[in-house]
Amino acid sequence: MPSSLLSPRTRGLAVLALVVLLLPLALRNTYYYEVAILVGLNAIVCVGLNLLIGYAGQISLGHAGFFGLGAYVSAILTARYGWPPLAAMLAAVAGVAMLGYLVGRPILRLRGHYLAMATLGMGIIISIVIATEDRLTGGPDGMQVPPLALAGFVLAGERTWYWVVGALLLGSVWLAQNLIDSPQGRALRALHTSEIGAEVCGIDSARHKVRVFVISTIYAAFAGALAAHYAGFITPGKVTFFHSIELVTMVVFGGLASTFGAVVGAAVLTTLPQALTLFKDYEMVVFGAVMMLTMIFMPKGLVPTIARRLHAAGR
Amino acid sequence: MSLLRVEGLSKEFGGLRAVEGLTFSVSQGKVFSIIGPNGAGKTTLLNLLSGIYVPSSGRILVEGRDLTRCPPHEYAANGVARTFQNLQVFHTMSALENVMVGRALHERCGLAAALLRLPSLERAERDSRAQAEELMRWVGLEDQVDAMADELPYGSLKRLEIARALATRPRLLLLDEPAAGLNATETLEIDALVTRLAESGVTVVLVEHNMRLVMGVSDHILVLDHGRRLAEGAAREVRRDPRVIEAYLGAGAA
Amino acid sequence: MSAPFLQFLLAGLTIGAIYALVALGFSIIYNASQVINFAQGEFVMIGGMATVSLAGAGWPLPAAIAGAVLLAAAIGLALEKLAVDTARKAPVVTLIIITIGASILLRGAAAILWDKNVHALAAFSGDAPLNIGGATIVPQSLWVVGTALAIVVVLSLFFGRTLLGKALLATSHNRVAAQLVGINVRHVLLASFGISAALGAIAGALVAPITFTSWDIGVMLGLKGFAAAILGGMGSGPGAVLGGLVLGIAEAMGAGYVSSAYKDAIAFVGILAVLFFLPGGLLGRRSADRV
Repeated sequence: MPSSLLSPRTRGLAVLALVVLLLPLALRNTYYYEVAILVGLNAIVCVGLNLLIGYAGQISLGHAGFFGLGAYVSAILTARYGWPPLAAMLAAVAGVAMLGYLVGRPILRLRGHYLAMATLGMGIIISIVIATEDRLTGGPDGMQVPPLALAGFVLAGERTWYWVVGALLLGSVWLAQNLIDSPQGRALRALHTSEIGAEVCGIDSARHKVRVFVISTIYAAFAGALAAHYAGFITPGKVTFFHSIELVTMVVFGGLASTFGAVVGAAVLTTLPQALTLFKDYEMVVFGAVMMLTMIFMPKGLVPTIARRLHAAGR
Repeated sequence: MSLLRVEGLSKEFGGLRAVEGLTFSVSQGKVFSIIGPNGAGKTTLLNLLSGIYVPSSGRILVEGRDLTRCPPHEYAANGVARTFQNLQVFHTMSALENVMVGRALHERCGLAAALLRLPSLERAERDSRAQAEELMRWVGLEDQVDAMADELPYGSLKRLEIARALATRPRLLLLDEPAAGLNATETLEIDALVTRLAESGVTVVLVEHNMRLVMGVSDHILVLDHGRRLAEGAAREVRRDPRVIEAYLGAGAA
Repeated sequence: MSAPFLQFLLAGLTIGAIYALVALGFSIIYNASQVINFAQGEFVMIGGMATVSLAGAGWPLPAAIAGAVLLAAAIGLALEKLAVDTARKAPVVTLIIITIGASILLRGAAAILWDKNVHALAAFSGDAPLNIGGATIVPQSLWVVGTALAIVVVLSLFFGRTLLGKALLATSHNRVAAQLVGINVRHVLLASFGISAALGAIAGALVAPITFTSWDIGVMLGLKGFAAAILGGMGSGPGAVLGGLVLGIAEAMGAGYVSSAYKDAIAFVGILAVLFFLPGGLLGRRSADRV
């Protein structure tokens, strides 16, 4: 239908598809492809996290834990138990989803900073277990991960993985957008604004919160498993609470309640440190300063602020 | 047949007894009004009847079903809808979307259909939209269908909440001071709307200060004072009851 | 009381006192502004590193500590004035991200200004271990617990008796009402950052002789302090102290009796358990929403 082709979200998806298709023209060598793949993987996690934080108004400071579990479970099943990689990935994602469901119900009864603390605690517990159970996980030194193989065809090489991650990113964004525009998405946005108002309309807010939490953990675990098989190696470094904070920062930076904001946030905050290495020792100082200045002058995040300026200028 | 039956209902906050030992029934299709001076426990009672507060003691039965300790969404699922004195409008969404949220109980789309945007979902959304528009027309907001909720004036928002409550297809509608904060014109409009609601056969429990509205539309009135029943009966009787007059206007006026 | 138990208890009290000071810093800023200051840990780091620096440059220890605390306080004031105040109309989540950016900036600056090595600070009154009931502690532990106690007393006098202290309390209960009675809320906010930074720095200087100090110790200490503040009930002063002590003791007991590798995990499992039963923390407010 013509009207839906021109709707803002189809336009956004089309722009993203265009960027994914044309970006390789600017990627000069393997290193650039690596960064692009990393952006894509972070973006997948952020899209899911944004559903939880931006739309449902909850918070998680422990999502690196789910990312790491997805990675490690898939890695362990393939490397130590000889599972086929695809089955291992699916099992990892299913396992994390189940964990998300079990802890989600009690944790999401908390609010605000208490919820933040509980999710933070969860993430840290996961990272400690991973780092300590070194017989299984290789401990602080990490472990090797077999590559992803589909029906005998091994996915290797930056260029192949770029297209895989690019396609999966587009799929992730499409699914997230569908959820937001659906009755379930409306229920989430409603309970974010007024939980009581939503409840008296028959919306079981606890069930909805747990459901979107589980969905966000699925996104994170999926990206984690992909990351493990792509890199061929996984260490606990990616499971720290630093990484959890990084993810939340990407979501807020790009713009809450904006799926494309989540993608842009992931893109900027993943590539920025790479770009800043030319500042050598001053890299952290500049990065911190950029973060502060952007949030001070664009408090709603990059994409909503730019969208509003464009909208106002277009009048 | 009583649609709503309340038995020995009490609610305590710390040492404060907000509501004490209330027992009454609301018959189907009637307008049952609850009046009383400020602090009499009217809003607490409505919060109890919609599951927002859990009673300290007593029972609440809706169509014979005991809903006493149920959460708000289960009251809604059992046909109880309400509006709020302090509006709980979803101000980040459009007016239409607000009403569409009210249809949550009747939307039968699974998560898979939503995620994959199946044709069944598109059809269901079109239906929802049409029904929500119809309700907005019914409450007199046909011009505001595409407006964002935070652009609407206060009077329109009160009517929007009523439309949203009606979208849940309630058997029992609890209205919490629908005329509060409205100017004279808006009050007349709400007056007419509540009258139309009563005539359409929805059972209404109305909490209101505006006596003209209450006396004009009620079949039965319950007067609360300090959380307890002060008087009960038809409008004529309650209006002349000396205890009621004393509670409102002081001992000298009775 | 068995000697090992006493040993762990005393170790727990020592580190718990540090957590309590950091937690107080979180609570004070949260009370004034609803913001979680993720840069709080960096004030602890500045306290330790600057003291080491100044002492190494020849300053007498008390002067070095005072200098470090003043430096941290100045940075805290600057952070509030330049960042938090400028963005005061932003949503709370944005303000939190700003403090995260500040924490990264401060850490990067510390790595440049000083270095990435671990540094030791001389204990305030020597290293000769003391024997208490079969348990050994270092004198520095007494300094830690004693100073923390003194600070708690000073703070309660401050909040209870001085005008600025009462203004801070009033703002935390109801900002609009505080403004209406003439309290300059922006000054209150500034003061809260200065005080919290000073608290953090004192904690940093106190603990440096025991755990050593480096450019990135602020992260874990800040995290634990945040956890302690939540455990005790965010925004409650007594809660912060209680939370800090409980966390410290739980950690020490966990490390001693269960497993040293899992000690952090045990502490967090404990916090999650508390939050499960008491969603507002140990001493947190349990207010109902008015509808």
